[in-house]
Parts: sequence; structure tokens; C-alpha cells
Amino acid sequence: MPARSDHSRDIDIEFRGVSRHYGEIRAVDGIDLSVPKGTFFSFLGPSGCGKTTSLRMIAGFEQPTAGDVLIEGSSVVGTPPHRRPVNMVFQHYALFPHLNVFDNIAYGLRQRAPRPARAEITRRVGETLDLVRLGGFESRRVWELSGGQQQRVALARALINKPTVLLLDEPMAALDRKLRRDMQIELQTLQRDVGITFVLVTHDQEEALSMSDSICIMRHGRIVQAGGARELYDEPVNRYVADFVGKSNFLDGTVADTGASGAVLRLADGRTIAGRYTSTATPLAREAKACIAVRPELVSITAAQKPAGGMAVNAPARVKNRIYLGEQTEYLVAAEGLGDILAMASKTSELASGGFSPGDEVVIGWPESAALVLAEE
Amino acid sequence: MRLYAAAIYLFLYGPIALIVVFSFNAGRHAASFECCGTSWYGRTFNNQFLLEALYTSLLVAGTTAILATIMGTMAALALQRVRGPLRVVYDAMTYIAIIIPGIVIGIATLVALVTAFDAINPLLAALWPGGAKAAPQLGLGYASVIAAHTLFTMALVIVIVRARIQGMDRSLIEASADLYATPWRTFRQVTLPQIFPAVMAGFLLSFTFSFDDFIIAFFVAGSKTTLPIYIFSSIRRGITPETNVIATLVLGVSLTLLISAQLLMRRRAGAAGSN
Ligand SMILES: Nc1ncnc2c1ncn2[C@@H]1O[C@H](COP(=O)(O)OP(=O)(O)OP(=O)(O)O)[C@@H](O)[C@H]1O
Ligand SMILES: [Mg+2]
Repeated sequence: MPARSDHSRDIDIEFRGVSRHYGEIRAVDGIDLSVPKGTFFSFLGPSGCGKTTSLRMIAGFEQPTAGDVLIEGSSVVGTPPHRRPVNMVFQHYALFPHLNVFDNIAYGLRQRAPRPARAEITRRVGETLDLVRLGGFESRRVWELSGGQQQRVALARALINKPTVLLLDEPMAALDRKLRRDMQIELQTLQRDVGITFVLVTHDQEEALSMSDSICIMRHGRIVQAGGARELYDEPVNRYVADFVGKSNFLDGTVADTGASGAVLRLADGRTIAGRYTSTATPLAREAKACIAVRPELVSITAAQKPAGGMAVNAPARVKNRIYLGEQTEYLVAAEGLGDILAMASKTSELASGGFSPGDEVVIGWPESAALVLAEE
Repeated sequence: MRLYAAAIYLFLYGPIALIVVFSFNAGRHAASFECCGTSWYGRTFNNQFLLEALYTSLLVAGTTAILATIMGTMAALALQRVRGPLRVVYDAMTYIAIIIPGIVIGIATLVALVTAFDAINPLLAALWPGGAKAAPQLGLGYASVIAAHTLFTMALVIVIVRARIQGMDRSLIEASADLYATPWRTFRQVTLPQIFPAVMAGFLLSFTFSFDDFIIAFFVAGSKTTLPIYIFSSIRRGITPETNVIATLVLGVSLTLLISAQLLMRRRAGAAGSN
């Protein structure tokens, strides 16, 4: 066993320069990360970015071609899956079809040496089934269960072993929207209750943002940005993250002037717009290609006769489309010199302004702090 | 058109039906049919030669089925790991082994065995500690029939088990490993139960093939007489109602085994498929 690093007590999983190449394909390409004990961590990214491969290297189904994977401070490179203190919930659950619910859940306990007593196994299976709210399902056949129930069995089968880390590969992908929402909340509550570190793989940004303490956004096998939901949303490191997490309006341009905390961009038509750098971004050079990103909910939309005060940008615009979303209303407007802009009006501002219809002349604007200057990559 | 189809089936199954009916002949001769009695069944089971041939056939078929099932299953599991062009070659060779005519296998095995015996027997005689007289002589017999049948039926088992393994969810094996099972326990607790119906089906088919085979056995059985060989030789002495009885019994056994194999393959595939 290699020497344990001193912070090993607080860090459950650590990647040090981890790569997994398949010939020319760089599924994972030099990743560094650490997951503190007891946190809910997510890998988020588009299809093929290397999320599953990363997770499978923690589980032991894949070996890194370079770098080191550590669990609780000890390197596990070369350790086969059955000797790792982690358990996985598979994307399609991978429940054993020839075993009933009880035997599926007891499977992990029965592999242990010494094997727990029969009464002990029965008790713990019962407890775990209660935990996932499937009490009394012991003798059911797994293929008779609904998708949601199968997922709970898969969860129970992993959790009963009290692993150091629970791995989840897109566990919600097979569920319908409503059930998915319920399970997300349930999973989050469960994680807090059992206190085990959860590592989730998902390509659904809403899911990652709503459940995780910490999220790692990946692209082409590399980490683009890692941080909490709030940091990723409010302080994206570049355009890719701002685009992937939530919605944004983007205005392309080149840097006309730059300072320590912000920059001024010149747009294609010569107009200049000022914005701030995010705390995670590095300042840009003059004439560099960049963009301004503005979140739709920070764009104010007012009637043409009474533009809102205190805005750094005010532009006349015409409403093209209006989508009523219940708690909010989404407007797509054509703004002069800025192109199409998305604006999200809250219920209160809708009540104050009376709302707008397609064709209405309006003024849109945003304060300087809402405009983020972001590098393209 | 419908009449045509009916005629074909009549043509196909007519003779078989006749044999079954004739096996219940109450008369003394095969040529004249007197309805109906099981007296020939009784006589058949008192025929010492026949019982011996039946015993030989059961022994050969049983051993063949066991060997072919074990080796075929292991081969199928190993082949699963072979990737790329090599796999295509192996697959092709497996299929070819199935469609090679029995007569070719019979002759080929005969030639191979005889050549091998000719080479080994003098060696054995020379090296045997008790002297050349005491040395065993390898020759055609049980072992050679079993070997030839195993070769042939193993390919069948490989194909059946392979199909089942390919239909199996790989993540089940990973899930088992993830739940602390060693590779051996994963095999016993997950892989084997999953492929078991196919293994059983392979066993039954191998048994049937070996039990029914005449051509290969005829070439390599040496002095041993299997049931099909016995029937063949008894026919040369003239057809008796006894022949019909044996044919009916063989038909019954084969059909039962084949249907069981078919049911096994179908039922479990359905159960796992609905998951
Ligand atoms: N066994 C393999 N052999 C070759 N290439 C592979 C293998 N496994 C994964 N890859 C490639 O590595 C890349 C990352 O795959 P991975 O499964 O980690 O993606 P992912 O982020 O999980 O995507 P998705 O959201 O679609 O599941 C992909 O381009 C994939 O084609
Ligand atoms: Mg994946």
C-alpha cells in the first residue's frame, strides 16, 4: 500500500492526472479531482465526454492508462472491483433476474467473509428495504417491479453494504419526468441520512445542479470547471459552462479594453458593451475574441415609454414570442443591434408591467454586473 | 395448394405413423398387421442383444452429452472474450463443424484414430513396464465413438450457449463483481444460472444426436454395437415387428428430448427478456 496522504481522512476519492485512452480515443484525459467525504458529487457533461469512464475507473471496471485513482487515500489502481469499498447503481439497474428482491439485496452481504448470520442478513435486508420505502417486497420477482421500484431495489442492493462511496450512472435516465423529480429529491434526502459519499453521472444539468454539493463539468475527457451549483451558474469559467448550465444570451465581440475586474467588448457593429470577469476566469488580452453572457432572468423588459433606470445597457426591441411558464414568463425579443435576446420576467414584474404581446415595442436592459465577459473556451 | 401441402405432410409423416402403428402388431409377422397388442414390446425387452445395444447407446450418448456440454460450454465462455477477425474465424469453424456430413466425420475420425493407434500401440508396447505382452492395445470401441460424437456435438453446444451468452446483460457480471463476488463466485452465482437453460438444451441435443447417430458410430464403433447399428443389422435379417417397436421407442425418446430442449431455450429466454 502506498503511503496515505495526510488529508486522506476527509477525502474519499481522488484522481491524480488520470487518463484513459482507447488507442486514439481519449475517453478521459488528465483529470485531477477530489471528492470530500460525505458529499454529493456529480460528473456532468454531454454524451461521450468521459463521465461513465471516470465512474468505471472508481468502480474498478476500467483501469487508467495514466495517473492514479485513490480511495480513502490509498491507490486502487490494479485492485479488482470486488475488493473495492464502493458500490454502483447501474444505468439499467442490472438486477439479477434469477433472484428475487430479497436475494438481490442480500447478494453483497453473502459474499463477505465471514458471511453474516442468516438472521442478521434478514434484518438488514428488511431495514434497507424500509429505507428505500419498499418494505414487504422481499419475495417479489424483480422483473415484475416498475422502473421506479427496480431503481429502489438497485439502490438498496448497493446501500446495504455501507460502501465508502456509492456510484450512480445516470440512475434516473429510464424514469419518466415526474418520477425522476421524486427520485431526485428522495436520493438527496437519502444521501443526507446515510452520510455516504455519492458520485453521480448525468448529462442533465438540472439534475446535477439541484442534487449535488459539487459538480464537475467535463468536455472531451477533461474537466472544464468544478464547483458548487451556485458557482457554476453565477461564475462560469467560460462560454461552454455558461451555455451548458442554464440559459444565457451571448453577444460575440473582441476585447476593446480590459481591466482587472472587467472588460469592454466591441461587437460586430462597432457598439461597445462593458461586463465583468467572473471570479474563476483569467483576464483576457486586448483584441482577443470573447463574448458577453447575460442570464435571461437578469434582463429587464419594460414598456418603450418607460425604460428602467440604472441599466448599463438599454436597447429598444420588439417582442417576437411569449411563453407563459407559470411562475415566470419567457420573452424572445429582437433587440436593435443585439439580435435575438431571451428575457425571463418574474410574476411580480409581469403584474407591474401588465405583460407584453408579440409585436409590442419594449426596452430591454441589464446592469453591468449582469454582463459576464467570457472566453470562448 | 392446401391439398398439396397436406400431401407433402402425409408423405413426410405417413411412414413414421405406420411404424408406430405397426409396432402394436399382435400378429407374428411384420407383413401382416393384426390389431392390436403390445406383445412385441414384451418380446423386444427380452431380447438380450437388443438390451446390450441399448446399454451401449445410452452409455455412449450419456458420456458424449456430458463431455460435449462441459467442453462446449467452456469453449463458448472462452470464445466470448475473443474479439476481432479471429472471432469470425472461430465462429465460422464452429458452424462448419455442424454442417460437415456425418460420413465425412466418420471416415476422418476413423482414419485419424487408426493412424494414431498404429503410432501409439508399438510405443506403448515398447515402454510398458510389465513388458510388451502386458501392454494395453488401444483400439476402436466405446472411447472412439464417444470421442467422435463429442467432437461433432460440441459444436452444437457452443452455438447454443454462445447465443445465450450474447443475449445476456454484461452489466450483471459487473454488478456481481461490484458486490464483492470473486470471479469464480460470479460465474457460479450469475453466469451459470443465466446460461443454464442453454447448457441443458445443449446437453439434451447432444444426447439425442449421439443416441440417434448411425453413420459415425458405424465407422468407429469397432466391435461395439449401438442401437442404430443393431437395427441396421437386424433389418438385413428381415424386418420384424420388433424393428418397429425399437424405432417407435427411439422416436419417442428423441422427440421428448428435443421438445424439452426447445422448451428450455424458449422459456428462459422469455423470462430474462422481459426484464
Ligand atoms: N471500451 C471502449 N473502447 C473504445 N472507446 C470507448 C470505450 N469506452 C468508451 N469509449 C469512448 O470514450 C468516450 C467516452 O465514453 P463514456 O462512456 O465515458 O462517455 P459518457 O460521458 O458516459 O457518455 P454518455 O453520456 O453518452 O454515456 C466515448 O467517445 C466513447 O466512444
Ligand atoms: Mg455514460
